[in-house]
Amino acid sequence: MKLKLIVLLVLAAASLQAQVTFDRILSGVDKEPHNWLSYSGTLKNQRFSPLNQITTANVKSLQQAWIWQARSLEKFEATPIVLDGILYTVEQPNNVVALDAVTGRPYWTFNYTPAPEARACCGRLNRGVAILGDTIYMGTLDAYLVALDAKTGTLRWKSKVAEAKAGYSITHSPTVVKDKVILGTGGGDGPIRGYISAFNAKTGEEAWRFYTIPGPGEPGNETWSGESWKTGGTGVWNAGAYDPETNLVFFGTGNPAPDWDGSSRLGDNLYSDSVVALDADTGKLKWHYQFTPHDELDYDSTQVPVLADIQWQGKPRKVMLWANRNGVMYVLDRTTGEFLKGKPYVKANWLDGFDAKGRPNRVKFPTKEGTAIYPHVHGATNWAPPSFSPRTGLFYVATWENSGTFAREGQFPGAIPGPNTRQTTMGATIIVPFYNNPETEAIGVVRAYDPQTLDYKWEFRLGDITWGGTLVTAGDVVFSGGRDGYFLALDAKTGALLWKANVGGQINAAAMSYAVNGKQYISINAGSAVFAFALP
Amino acid sequence: MRHLLTAFTVASALIAPWAASTASAQHETAQDLLDGQRFYNERGCANCHGPNGDLVPGINFSAGQFRRPMTDADLSSIIRKGIANTPMPASNVTEVQAAQIVAYLRSLASAKSATVVKGDMARGKLVFDGKGNCMSCHSVAGIGGHKAPDLGNVGQARRTPDLERALLDPQADIQPNHRYYRVVQNDGTTVTGWLLGFDTFNIRMIDGKEQLRSFVKSDLRSHGFIESPMPSYKNSLTPQELADIVSYLSSLRTTPATPAGPGR
Repeated sequence: MKLKLIVLLVLAAASLQAQVTFDRILSGVDKEPHNWLSYSGTLKNQRFSPLNQITTANVKSLQQAWIWQARSLEKFEATPIVLDGILYTVEQPNNVVALDAVTGRPYWTFNYTPAPEARACCGRLNRGVAILGDTIYMGTLDAYLVALDAKTGTLRWKSKVAEAKAGYSITHSPTVVKDKVILGTGGGDGPIRGYISAFNAKTGEEAWRFYTIPGPGEPGNETWSGESWKTGGTGVWNAGAYDPETNLVFFGTGNPAPDWDGSSRLGDNLYSDSVVALDADTGKLKWHYQFTPHDELDYDSTQVPVLADIQWQGKPRKVMLWANRNGVMYVLDRTTGEFLKGKPYVKANWLDGFDAKGRPNRVKFPTKEGTAIYPHVHGATNWAPPSFSPRTGLFYVATWENSGTFAREGQFPGAIPGPNTRQTTMGATIIVPFYNNPETEAIGVVRAYDPQTLDYKWEFRLGDITWGGTLVTAGDVVFSGGRDGYFLALDAKTGALLWKANVGGQINAAAMSYAVNGKQYISINAGSAVFAFALP
Repeated sequence: MRHLLTAFTVASALIAPWAASTASAQHETAQDLLDGQRFYNERGCANCHGPNGDLVPGINFSAGQFRRPMTDADLSSIIRKGIANTPMPASNVTEVQAAQIVAYLRSLASAKSATVVKGDMARGKLVFDGKGNCMSCHSVAGIGGHKAPDLGNVGQARRTPDLERALLDPQADIQPNHRYYRVVQNDGTTVTGWLLGFDTFNIRMIDGKEQLRSFVKSDLRSHGFIESPMPSYKNSLTPQELADIVSYLSSLRTTPATPAGPGR
């Protein structure tokens, strides 16, 4: 009987490798903690691993299991996915590799060279692949969706999502919902009109499209003066979330264009810097919340939406947690979009509060002399994903404290000294970076926030800024790191440093965890390599 | 129309077909030929000349036919510098790479087609899917079996004589990335499969159940290469069926992008 059970389990494991149903992706690590089937482990984006072999007590013994070196020297922002001992990730910009998750040795690579006209604003990079059935999906820098045979890396089909020549790109991990693969278009620092598209996972045919800027006659088009809606940017360049109870898929949207000068696009500029909740079957907008109306500071809201079920004012509530680039942390009702709470989580001076509906009251504007602004254009965070632990109830965010000065071109007399003053093509605004000012120089910091109060319980200060996210595990360990190349294990309850590894290159990605043959691994992409750590 | 005129102009300006010497190719290694083949396909040579090298009028690499006698140095120079005022472009390959392409071009002429029967692509697909049972092991563009390499681009990568030979005498010319391997684990369990990679300590393959498998060499009783399980179709298919299936395989090229995008 026992043998029969083992045989059945082995057979089940064998068939698992072949097909990943959407139900498996939806429950993700909750039901299969050894796998990591989407960008954040589940479509709730909590980046919480239920694996608990590695604990606060033994994490000090963590050792390097393997390293896989990429050939690319671009920033490595991808989070791998893992299916039954196979780890899939993207070597920048668009080469997919399938590695043995125990040894780090490749099964196959799929080489893809984006068209020369693919020019992303901020690096030729990709944040990860998605899986459904036996197919791996990747959005490419030249704005295609490619479908690969998960066994061999063979190209099954390639579907154009957008026109790279027009400035569109794709850099994020696709979001799989039921039988569709959903992606947004990047390039919103330039004169594009962003959109989110769903593709039939089998055929690559586009099933629906939602423009992040409403067209004439649609509600919200009036929030763009003149013809500015046609070129208002509002890209989408991070993974979405999905709530099966409401069948809503959520995406954060990017800044309006031109980035730093709103004079040509008067109005709130919907749905830039927003979260949009779309019907997953049709792409119809159900609700939205705009974090930064009429943004002039490049406060992209392209963070991953984090869905959590928490106690809110004494009652259970289905919420969305959001640590925004604009320096404010939010709790929204994810069913209705209702604004429940918003509060600066770093020093933020561009607003002094909210109205009853949650609209921020902006108080800082560019001046001739230059206006001190907190946080600076680099923001309190960027795309790097945070994590939420149902065990501790805390929200772990790798963030920056930083500031800068901004003023209109032509009004700015050049009186702000410093070698880093610069003009960019993003808009007719000059922003003085934060360097060379000991009082305001940026720091990176990992903090654990209480969603009830949006205050932090603990913090761990880094020696440099961070583009890395966080991972939290059921062993109550938070893994994070930053530009100075240390991969850190922190106590999820206290923030105490428990372990560190010098990975010899910048950490520009968030970690994930998986298990093979009963052994838990922690994996991080850093420098130009994928690292895996495990207990001896 | 303009391209056609150019082609005629080029053809008339050059001398009649000529069988070229293959002597210098004898010094090349098998790896040089593989590299030459790779460059030929990857650097766009095959885009105009075709995988068999016979698509440009007056030139047929498979027959050793050029428009005038060519030394290896002549060919190498043309590959690198192109031919002015013709569609033959210059390329940025190195001298060594050009020499490898030349070696590959010379080698093409030595492989002769085994059949003179004309194949039919559509009938070939029926044989491929049916009597040949090819999909039980192979896939096309990722659809089908995974016990053997995908054939979705085989028409671009392999020439007609190569495809014929693979069907008639599959052990004769196994590509380095198409080899089969057997491991015997310490408990006696034997696993065979398509070898995907190996290094000093590990072996990776797709096994007979189409699962990606990884083995640590020190955990194995023995391991090594085995013959390809690809059967010979010499006696199981008629010459016409073979010609049809080769015709079908020759037609398999990676599918282009599906058009879509803004404005649709």
